[in-house]
Amino acid sequence: MLNRILKFLIVPILLVGMGIGVVIYVVENPTDSMVARMLTYDFIISSMEKHLLMVFVSMLGAIAVGVPVGIMLSRPSFYYVGKVIENVVNVGQTVPSLAILALFFTFLGLGFNTAVFALWLYSILPILRNTFAGIMSVQPEVVESAKGMGMSPWRVLSKIELPIAYPIIIAGIRTAIVINVGTATLATFIGAGGLGDMIVTGISVRREMVTFTGAALSALLAILLDYIIGRIEKNLVRWS
Amino acid sequence: MIRLENLTKQFPGMDRLAVNKLNLEVGKGEVCVLVGPSGCGKTTTMKMINRLCEPTDGKIYVDGQDTSKMNPIKLRLDIGYVIQQIGLFPHMTINDNVATVPKEKKWPKEKIKKRTAELLELVGLDPREHGGRYPSGLSGGQQQRVGIARALAADPPIMLMDEPFAAVDRITRSRLQNEFLRLQRELNKTIIFVTHDIDEAIKMGDRIAVLREGKLIQYDEPGKILSEPAGDFVANLVGRNRSIKRLHLIRAHEILEEEHWGVPLDTPREEIKERIEESVISTVMVIDEKGYLKGIIGRRAIEEKEGEKAEDLMEEVPDNVTDDATLNDALSVMLEIGEGYVPVVDADGLFRGTLTLNTLLDQVRSDKSAK
Repeated sequence: MLNRILKFLIVPILLVGMGIGVVIYVVENPTDSMVARMLTYDFIISSMEKHLLMVFVSMLGAIAVGVPVGIMLSRPSFYYVGKVIENVVNVGQTVPSLAILALFFTFLGLGFNTAVFALWLYSILPILRNTFAGIMSVQPEVVESAKGMGMSPWRVLSKIELPIAYPIIIAGIRTAIVINVGTATLATFIGAGGLGDMIVTGISVRREMVTFTGAALSALLAILLDYIIGRIEKNLVRWS
Repeated sequence: MIRLENLTKQFPGMDRLAVNKLNLEVGKGEVCVLVGPSGCGKTTTMKMINRLCEPTDGKIYVDGQDTSKMNPIKLRLDIGYVIQQIGLFPHMTINDNVATVPKEKKWPKEKIKKRTAELLELVGLDPREHGGRYPSGLSGGQQQRVGIARALAADPPIMLMDEPFAAVDRITRSRLQNEFLRLQRELNKTIIFVTHDIDEAIKMGDRIAVLREGKLIQYDEPGKILSEPAGDFVANLVGRNRSIKRLHLIRAHEILEEEHWGVPLDTPREEIKERIEESVISTVMVIDEKGYLKGIIGRRAIEEKEGEKAEDLMEEVPDNVTDDATLNDALSVMLEIGEGYVPVVDADGLFRGTLTLNTLLDQVRSDKSAK
């Protein structure tokens, strides 16, 4: 047991260690006084906090909407609606994330809330699509035998369909979270803060070190979150 | 036990009736086989019994009760259900799969555990070896056994089986059929069995319902279906080689002969030679003191091999059949091993006798002359 926990923790500890290493290195070794003024521990930590907050709030919201709606669309009575919405979602996914942010700030104004809203909407798509696809991928004979043996529709969903679709649903959440962490760096354009602040200011004052710090931290965050969710899935699914 | 009255089903958007005014009565403990070409309405009929499919018109009575007035969930919990694709739950262990209905019925944990192990043994699987595995770790035949164990779990009085043995190879199929018939003799369930294979229908059914385009063409015992097919459709379905099909109806133990050419392990060479000369199959079976079949000695073996006792001369048994196998099974084994005989053993593996090609031919002939 202890062994397994340690094994599970090695990669996260390594990733967090790398992040802390990068931060300490850039703060302690600024290339010039401008970089030194920008890259302080306070600024990096508050950017990171804001970034994480945006990601978590929008992801929780996206899961809370995407999974139930995906389940609903997979019910036989919604079959055709489900097919239509699936296509709409696929088209929606092709709109660039920056465009989504730009679109919504014209309605909702600048700031943190708009960014969270746009990220939420963008993350719903893969989660909803995978939930729907996952449940539709359950073999019809499995569902038929469950029904035929006397399971109620609710029991069929909770005991058979969802557990079988589970890995695909989780894969959707993983896709969403990686996109989300990356897209959240664009939130800086509508004044929502986050790691994007470092990337964009770094570019505008031509200080690569600042840009690099923001980019590296957001990349490490994406890998870390993806890894954690992937491990949780592996630990819960033993049958495939 | 089960009565269908004017049962009719029309699927939305279809002109043709899938099931057309079907009347059928199945008695308690009977195996009723619904047989017919694909699209004849046999599966639809079956699905209306457990209400996976609602009839357009007509009634179904189970134990005198109108099923349309029953709660479908409760109805299904008391009807075992096995389908061709098996439909085992891939994310559950074999134990959990078998325990499905008992869990739905909220049996106590200990009782479920006991029952699961008992059922796996009943269908010939080892609970300790297979119980903890997932369905993907089992062969097709084993999965099919689990499917049957799962349907039997809460001891339902009725079983619906839709081509339950169609997905396995021929040899496994005939073994599963025989095992199932043996089980049925003990369990005495009322069974609706759907198949498109007339041979399977003849072998498994107490009564056979031949369906065509939703209509019942003939409902009779297998012997009657063979000897008096109602019209060209049934006659074509049954085919030309009815005498061979009739071999499905007779089991090995029913016609085993007294003389079985068995000799003990310590029989001396000379006596074996004499027995081989007497034997119509030119072969003797070597039996140990407990009654198990140990080997065979043919004419070639006794000419070429050294040794004075039966145990030194005997060769490996090519194959055998159990005493509840049909004569058709016995015939296929004979053809497979290329001999004019096959040894017969009982369920415990004890030697029961020998079936020969001549006995089978006599059976077919007497059948012809009887007609």
